[in-house]
Amino acid sequence: MCLFCVPMPYIRCVVWIMSVWMWKSPEVLLYCRCSEGREPVFISDMASFKPTKVQFLPKLGEKVTEDTLYWKNYKSPVQIKEFGAVTKIDFSPLAPHNYAVTASTRIHVYGLHSQEPIRSFTRFRDTAYGGSFRGDGKLLVAGSEEGLIRLFDISGRVALRQFTGHSKAVHVTSFLSDGFRVVSGSDDLTFRVWDVPSAVELSSITEHTDYIRALAPSKLNPDLFVTGSYDHTVKVFDMRSGSSVMTMQHGHPVECVLLYPSEALLVSTGGRYVKIWDLLKGGQELVSLKNHHKTVTCACLSSVGNKLLTGSLDRHVKVYNSSYKVVHNFDCDASILSMAVAPDDEVVAVGMTNGVLSVRHRKHKKDKETLTSRRRRGPSYRVFVKGKNFVPRQDDFLVSKPVKQYLRKYDKQLKSFEVSKALDTALQTWTRTSKPEVTVAVIIELNRRGTLKNALAGRNEESLTKILNFLLKHIFDPRFSRPLLTVGDIVLDLYRQVLHQSPVVERQLQRLMEVLGREAELQQELLQVLGILDTLFASLTPRKEVAALAALPVDQGPQLQAA
Amino acid sequence: SLDGKYKVQRHGLFVLCTSGDSVKVYSTRTEEWLHSLQGHTNQVTGIALNPANHLQVYSCSADGTVKLWDFIDGILIKTFIIGYPLFAIYVSEKHEGIVFLHIGFQLVAVHLPKSAEQEVEAKELSAVSRHISPNPSCTAFGREGQYIAFARNLQLNVYFFRKQKTYSFSLKATDKKGAKNAFTCIACHPTDDCIATGHEDGKIRLWRNFIHKKEYTYSTQHWHHNAVNTLCFTPEGTNLLSGGIESVLVQWQYGTGNRKEFLPRLGGSILHVSTSSDGQLFCTSHSDNKITVIESSFKVCGVIQGLVKDAVLTDLMIDPRSKALVLNGKPGHLQFYSLLRDKHLYNLDIVQQEYIYEAGLDQFEVVKAAFDIKGYWLATVEERGQKSSDLEFFLKLWSYDERTQSFVLNTTITAAHTDRIISMCFSSSEETTMLVTIAEDGQFKAWCQGVDADTQQDQNFWSCDFVGSYHNLKPTNCSFSADSSLLAVSFQEVITIWSPDTWELLTTLCQPPGVIRDLCFGRLSCSKYLISTTTRNLLCCWNLLTCAFLMDSFSGLYTVFVFKPNEPRPLFTHKNVCSEKIHRAVFVPREEPLNNCDESSQWLNRSQLYFLTQNMLVIDDSVAVTPFYLLLGKHRQQQQKLNTPSHQAADRPQQPQGSVTITELLHTPAHVLPPASVLCSMFVSSLLISNTGEMESSEQEMNSEKEEEDSEGEMEACDSQQELRVQGSVDEVTPKLSKAQERELKRVRKTDFSWMAGLIASKP
Repeated sequence: MCLFCVPMPYIRCVVWIMSVWMWKSPEVLLYCRCSEGREPVFISDMASFKPTKVQFLPKLGEKVTEDTLYWKNYKSPVQIKEFGAVTKIDFSPLAPHNYAVTASTRIHVYGLHSQEPIRSFTRFRDTAYGGSFRGDGKLLVAGSEEGLIRLFDISGRVALRQFTGHSKAVHVTSFLSDGFRVVSGSDDLTFRVWDVPSAVELSSITEHTDYIRALAPSKLNPDLFVTGSYDHTVKVFDMRSGSSVMTMQHGHPVECVLLYPSEALLVSTGGRYVKIWDLLKGGQELVSLKNHHKTVTCACLSSVGNKLLTGSLDRHVKVYNSSYKVVHNFDCDASILSMAVAPDDEVVAVGMTNGVLSVRHRKHKKDKETLTSRRRRGPSYRVFVKGKNFVPRQDDFLVSKPVKQYLRKYDKQLKSFEVSKALDTALQTWTRTSKPEVTVAVIIELNRRGTLKNALAGRNEESLTKILNFLLKHIFDPRFSRPLLTVGDIVLDLYRQVLHQSPVVERQLQRLMEVLGREAELQQELLQVLGILDTLFASLTPRKEVAALAALPVDQGPQLQAA
Repeated sequence: SLDGKYKVQRHGLFVLCTSGDSVKVYSTRTEEWLHSLQGHTNQVTGIALNPANHLQVYSCSADGTVKLWDFIDGILIKTFIIGYPLFAIYVSEKHEGIVFLHIGFQLVAVHLPKSAEQEVEAKELSAVSRHISPNPSCTAFGREGQYIAFARNLQLNVYFFRKQKTYSFSLKATDKKGAKNAFTCIACHPTDDCIATGHEDGKIRLWRNFIHKKEYTYSTQHWHHNAVNTLCFTPEGTNLLSGGIESVLVQWQYGTGNRKEFLPRLGGSILHVSTSSDGQLFCTSHSDNKITVIESSFKVCGVIQGLVKDAVLTDLMIDPRSKALVLNGKPGHLQFYSLLRDKHLYNLDIVQQEYIYEAGLDQFEVVKAAFDIKGYWLATVEERGQKSSDLEFFLKLWSYDERTQSFVLNTTITAAHTDRIISMCFSSSEETTMLVTIAEDGQFKAWCQGVDADTQQDQNFWSCDFVGSYHNLKPTNCSFSADSSLLAVSFQEVITIWSPDTWELLTTLCQPPGVIRDLCFGRLSCSKYLISTTTRNLLCCWNLLTCAFLMDSFSGLYTVFVFKPNEPRPLFTHKNVCSEKIHRAVFVPREEPLNNCDESSQWLNRSQLYFLTQNMLVIDDSVAVTPFYLLLGKHRQQQQKLNTPSHQAADRPQQPQGSVTITELLHTPAHVLPPASVLCSMFVSSLLISNTGEMESSEQEMNSEKEEEDSEGEMEACDSQQELRVQGSVDEVTPKLSKAQERELKRVRKTDFSWMAGLIASKP
């Protein structure tokens, strides 16, 4: 390298120097002695090739916020198969935070990280419902299809108490917050309050006119609880008066009710709606959310920030922020019947109709660190200091090594004007599937250079199929449609004569035509809708001199033409 | 301009290049302009080092003289008067005292007489050839000056001095593949009998054995894809350098067939290559007014850059920070040129794409640019596909980076409008910056840098704030008021005034007939005025406090009018600023304001007015001329003749022919007419003039004006420019001077010029 850049008279001198420094330090730095003390100047701005610019257009859609980041931070779910549909999940309020899962005729208690049940209650003759813990986590109560309510000690197997009295299935049971009473709601339209020590019925109230399927006891007042029923109402009962003190019309069969920790807000779900009620204002409806497209079966609150989560038969769990906008969405494989969140949001457990319990654990930074540290170590310190600590002699003249410009493969080919090869490189499987914008950027660059036609010409069936597949996939993406339509035009122009020889290509072109036709129809419909809206807006706004339009989306969509 | 030929002196210390009617000397080390050799009265066409004395240089010019210079000290040694326009000069060591000149279509050997006098007339002319190519690079001396080779079209001729014979070799016009074989340049090997010729199709042929006419051979090498512009052998003859439109300097190793090295991306297309006499340095001159100095190791070691003025699409602008003139530079760049120091500062890459040097390729060009008032933001529009229907354009916003002292890309907006952007302007308030763009799709958009509503994150990217339109009319121009409380957007014949805070339409102003071309708010004490110009030769001034209307109509070719916005008559009129069509004009602030009490030139106290014409930049400055014009080659000094003719000119706008005035009066809506007091006097005076029968050519085309700039907070200046659709009446317009008058004018100019020179000398 040195020999080429130094003029003739100096060559001998340089050869000598080269031999010296080769012997002294075989490093990449280049030293040579100049008789003249001229500083070399490197003009960088003109001499370097400017690589192809890839335009990263912003994707439309949801914005990334802190909430989404928080809720994205869960590992992939662990699936546990139960014997039947999982109707109720309840976390123990005590420290290990085990959880009871009610499914079919059993109640299993799982540890937070175990996949096998650490305890199971199997003494049900018919389907069990609504297994829930007492406030101290030592007792568990559950109803059943036959109308019997059983009370278990968490360490025992046999029921401590059995409460008989309901004539039909009991779907919801719960302890009141004093821990001595159990409240249950049944399909016989009554709900009853039982005394735990004596196992007697304290009261029975019949106010609902349909099955009772939702129950939420107050944690602050042991005499208050909220019930929801299929008669579309949500009622708040006070045991002291023995009757309902507040009634709210949900408008759909109520599947679940939930009280906020402050107990000022009440959530009820039923039908496709989730409604929030303000109890302090006498049960005024605060918000009505309609984010699911099937019945919302369950709702729960996260313990960090009291975010609302709802699960639905449409197989989605939605997470709302404090202003009740959906910030995250968990997808499940079957309709959701029950859901619970562990304290500190460590675990999100979701029960489904197909009997699968899906448990999501929260990711921790510690896990990530162990993962990365297990990966291979980087190069050693020795590598980085190599050649850097070389001290030049006093009269040595330092020639800095020009910084090498790293180019992508397609850029290298573009630099040497190999247009077809550059297009091939950009159409490689990995690039065109995971980074279509790179492929499109190369196409745009070729078009700018006026060589797109040359690059597309002279291709065989295989590579032409590649191009056509890419077109089929992306031609109606508004980010790419303009350059890709040009490509389509050129391909048709170039291969018109020989198209019929290949059935594969012909089929693809057929598909392309269909796709374009459909897109054109859609565009037309959209324009019609826009026209309708325009007339509506024009008639709505008061007559003004100026048509001040709201900021329209910048890209009006591709102008499509029939192929 | 650095056009023309140049030579690198022995040891490569200096670069000489012709520039207009002078030869400039640059240092190759510092790239600085040392001095220029002035004395020719017309374009210098060629320079050649004196082979007998390496500190001297011959220059020939179209004024018919050959001058011998000592270029280190810049002293004129001798002048040889030939008497014919000269187009090129060639010298050889072997022919001492003889120069070969290109006169008409002939190559002539001229014996330079030896005498002690300064000016000598050279009479001994002998023609070498009668038909040579007008391209000066098509002639070259062969080994030791034994022969001279010159090519013309498809014929290569070699003239042997000893045999006194010319051999000619010709090529076919095209070969089977349709190659174009015409010669474009020629170079002879310094120690070998070999001639290298460049051809139109990019081929290089090496001719040998041409001493025997029948047995000549040639070998062909092909790398360039377009015509070879220049060829040059290194002094030792080891390498051949070639260059063309691709802007790649190619070094062919002599005698090794096809081995070559490349130095790509040098700038504009290469026009000339030359080497220093020791072969250490090469020099290339480029079409974009640039000289590149290259070491023999094929590394660029210096760039001498002049003002690039290929195609100026943007307005002339002044960077508020550096006070540099900003306009289109190299393709896809904006150049910053300091007028105070007459130096090219830097190029800002706007397009950031590889430029392909290929004729006829449609590439991105910067078409619009605007600075905000503090010089912190720069908005640019680049466009591609003007010729085809498929228009692509980008709006880019650049922020100034203190650390790098340059502009950094902040936001790229890919589809700002659905059609071409016509104009844009920044709001002039200090606190918030806002950009307004108007486009041919009938909308104007306001862009703000601001907070994204969804994420509540402070981000400093720009986004659209407001889209407005008015009855689907096409907007023509926009302007912010001095305090940014008002935005004026003109739609064809209507001016709409908007409030940028609430985006409410405040009022509409209806113009007299004619599409509005320019729009401008007054500054400082005149900020209540809104001034617009129309295609119908009207300058309209609105008082926005009362919405009252003042109007003025005037005409004149290449004339500068200066107005106070509240007076209908021009304050100052200057006719025939320069001989060419004026494209653009700009006010450039002075470093220190002058104290000039003369009312007519007070408006120039704070700033100078620069014009850009087809070929040059002209400075209009009645008070002092900077050395700027020397750099830009030919200039026109402004003679402020405020005596007889310009008085007439000043009056003329108010004296159109009676009938014209009356039709104007009748056809203009009554509510937009100026006050009756003004009209009345105008009307009466027009009648008077038509009665006295003064001949006035009223059908002249006129200029549009822009109002701008203040001086001492009182003056308003107006520069005339643009679009002079010169019609058949040009002859009537330009005042015809008799021969005597012309001579008189010349004399005046001459005296004035010497006075100027004195002034310059005394200045620093």
